[in-house]
Amino acid sequence: MVQRETTVDADFEKGPYLTSFMEEMLEPYDPSPKAVIQVSVAIDEIFSNVVRYSGATSIVVRNQYDESTGMFSMAFIDNGVPYNPLDKKDPDVTLSAEDRQIGGLGIFLVKKTMDNVSYERKGNENYFTIYKKMK
Amino acid sequence: MKIDQTRDNSTLTLALEGRLDTLTAPELEQAVNANLEGLTALVFDFAKLEYVSSAGLRVLLSAQKKMNKQGTMQVKNVCGEIMEVLDITGFSDILTIV
Repeated sequence: MVQRETTVDADFEKGPYLTSFMEEMLEPYDPSPKAVIQVSVAIDEIFSNVVRYSGATSIVVRNQYDESTGMFSMAFIDNGVPYNPLDKKDPDVTLSAEDRQIGGLGIFLVKKTMDNVSYERKGNENYFTIYKKMK
Repeated sequence: MKIDQTRDNSTLTLALEGRLDTLTAPELEQAVNANLEGLTALVFDFAKLEYVSSAGLRVLLSAQKKMNKQGTMQVKNVCGEIMEVLDITGFSDILTIV
């Protein structure tokens, strides 16, 4: 099991750093390019959500990769207000352009492309974790 | 992200390169809005686009709504990974993908 952790300010500008942080960690294990792209999109969705809604000042990101199973996990830990994005109702993806709401689409996309997602409130922190097979 | 703009009378082509996400979506929105006057055809070329997140989808939706009122909008050269995002979110039904 490989583990790596970093802490970033709650600032949209830090998003690309988190993507490189994931890419650099996984690079030696030759991950599926498609899975890397899907995780990159998930990082953008989750990180921007936390920055926008949680009121957190900093965010800890904890990555784990299990070489034997190819399973990667990324936990976003923030000290903001309790906020579970999984409580949100899935958007209606069959509506026309005129009736479309964009809210909730990002988390919906994360749920559909990751193998698993979880939310927990521990003490004063939100833990949102994504799991994705990289092989 | 890089945006390569080509305007030919009433047709605008925006060729995107890189990542269309939270940070870069506002640039695209600006490029669309700055060109709306007299525009009857808007074309997005995704040949060099790596991925799209929901922030990018929001801009595409808003562009589609505007072009519904004044002309046509097409998205071309969509790679498999981006097509999957458009399928999951139902955007493949809203957009004209060629």
